[in-house]
Amino acid sequence: MARVLIENVTKSYGKTEVIHGIDTVIEDGEFIVIVGPSGCGKSTLLRMIAGLEEISSGTISIGERVVNDLEPKDRDIAMVFQNYALYPHMTVFKNMAYGLKLRNFSKNDIKQRVDQAAKLLQLEDLLERKPRQLSGGQRQRVAMGRCIVREPKVFLFDEPLSNLDAKLRVQMRLELRNLHKRLKVTSIYVTHDQVEAMTLGDRLVVINDGYAEQIGSPIDLYERPATKFVAGFLGSPSMNFIDARISADGRMAELPGTFSLALGSDVTVGQEGRAVTIGIRPEHFSLAEEEQSAFSLKIDHAEFHGADTIIYGRIADNDRLLTVRLPHRHEINLEKHLFLAVAPEHIHFFDQKTGKRI
Amino acid sequence: MIEKRPFITWFSHAVLLLGVALVAFPIWITFVGASHDAVRMTQVPLPLLPGDQFFVNLKAAFVQGVGNAKEQSVGLMMFNSLIMAMMIAVGKITISLLSAFAIVYFRFPFRMMFFWMIFITLMLPVEVRILPTFEVVANLGMLNNYWGLTVPLIASATATFMFRQAFLTVPDELLEAARIDGAGPMRFFKDILLPVSRTNIAALFVILFIYGWNQYLWPLLITTDKSMYTIVMGIKQMLEAAEEAPEWHLIMMTTLLAMIPPVWVVIGMQKLFIKGLTETEK
Ligand SMILES: Nc1ncnc2c1ncn2[C@@H]1O[C@H](COP(=O)(O)OP(=O)(O)O)[C@@H](O)[C@H]1O
Ligand SMILES: [Mg+2]
Repeated sequence: MARVLIENVTKSYGKTEVIHGIDTVIEDGEFIVIVGPSGCGKSTLLRMIAGLEEISSGTISIGERVVNDLEPKDRDIAMVFQNYALYPHMTVFKNMAYGLKLRNFSKNDIKQRVDQAAKLLQLEDLLERKPRQLSGGQRQRVAMGRCIVREPKVFLFDEPLSNLDAKLRVQMRLELRNLHKRLKVTSIYVTHDQVEAMTLGDRLVVINDGYAEQIGSPIDLYERPATKFVAGFLGSPSMNFIDARISADGRMAELPGTFSLALGSDVTVGQEGRAVTIGIRPEHFSLAEEEQSAFSLKIDHAEFHGADTIIYGRIADNDRLLTVRLPHRHEINLEKHLFLAVAPEHIHFFDQKTGKRI
Repeated sequence: MIEKRPFITWFSHAVLLLGVALVAFPIWITFVGASHDAVRMTQVPLPLLPGDQFFVNLKAAFVQGVGNAKEQSVGLMMFNSLIMAMMIAVGKITISLLSAFAIVYFRFPFRMMFFWMIFITLMLPVEVRILPTFEVVANLGMLNNYWGLTVPLIASATATFMFRQAFLTVPDELLEAARIDGAGPMRFFKDILLPVSRTNIAALFVILFIYGWNQYLWPLLITTDKSMYTIVMGIKQMLEAAEEAPEWHLIMMTTLLAMIPPVWVVIGMQKLFIKGLTETEK
């Protein structure tokens, strides 16, 4: 087990830089999730930690040892790939044993370790099967097993659940979480799925376009997103963004059109008279009487999700699209407007140019 | 496509049967010819039903020998052909595996240049460069031995290409997983790449074995010693009996025998062979 230190790491392919100086510390035993949209450089970062990609500049250390110039096999890491990368001609047992065999473990040790991992992952009955005779979830577990038997300092995961169907994904997520609780091995997990990220990670690193936008616990990131990107990326349905102007006295956020949101006495933006982007999560709207409401919504359509109802509509006088999530079931009358209010503490403010939180 | 119209069914069966007949009829004639005596084979019309001399002819071919001087045993010629076909198939596969491995998995200077050089040899089969190649082989003292028979045929690009294609379909993650597991390049080659490519190897073995077995021009040029004759050459030589009439019954018997090893290889490996040519999933 070990700490992983990533210091000012960049990666260039030819002249194009795809990772622009990422800094972070992954604590011993931590489960950290690197999350971001497709193509943002998550895999590249992970593969640099694994030693499968050259590090263009900066240093990566695993357990106080700089690993920049070490071969993957000497870095004391194990990796689970999206397509599992099981050796197709080897049985489950041999797949798990291969790394140990190359490290000259005795037959007895190998058997003991594989059996132990198989037990942990409920693979005992499958040890003699070939990968193609396994279901997706089972293959996933074998890939995990291959990592566990080596007892490495760090586990690396590159979108390991992406090839599974939705239900199995939820189940495997839980298994991964439990496994981590038992083994407590430092884990770095890459995914583009924000739900997976929020539910698995002790902390998240949100990456956008090769920059680390924000690093923090899921709750931190959800409640105080540092940038408009993070705010929009985490949460489903995603946050509503509306361009607005802070009134001259700083007490109101004026929306385009006639509506404005009262900011209350304890919210101070300090941007009097300036244009900003405000962000409101769909679940932070509440129904109000017409007189107390901030604005009214023309409803386009509504989806009943069971536990809640998602309403898609437009602000009555400026046609801005808005998503609203109301708890429980609501009888929606598509003809009528919906009157909505927002508690001031639930409004996020972002700089219009930089997208940074104000 | 699933078609239910009876005419189509009938028609496609007719076409298939015709195809089978086209292939099978000459083989039947060969078999019939091999089972009659020399006299019957010179009379017209040729027999269409087997006679009773099959085992006599078989014994004659092996023990007494065939050809104008009656000194080449079919057994020896088949042995020569077998060695030649095996050496060509195994040698070509070995060399091609290694060169495809180098081209796909290593980044070395002038990699593309080597790739194209190998590619260009596709345009230069033995038949095209037969005289210079003969010269080289003769100077190396490889006339009348197995090396001379096989080495010039081993160097060629087709198999390299096939393995290159096969290796390109192996997911990169397999290599990466192996690297993390601690496998060096040759370990990866031996433990993973070879087993994963085994159907391709089998398919190529079948093709190359037959290619080697059927070689005619090159062995004709390179062997003067009768003990090095191959069976395909031998058959041709038998037809050239200057004085006497060709011994058709023995020629047919030899031909029949010459067909057996390739057929045996194809049947033995057909499962892997078909997989190797059609399988896309690794
Ligand atoms: N071998 C490569 N050569 C050039 N560009 C690459 C290479 N691998 C990845 N990239 C680029 O780097 C960026 C990040 O890729 P990647 O890390 O795979 O993204 P993801 O976040 O989806 O895992 C992408 O824009 C991709 O086009
Ligand atoms: Mg990726």
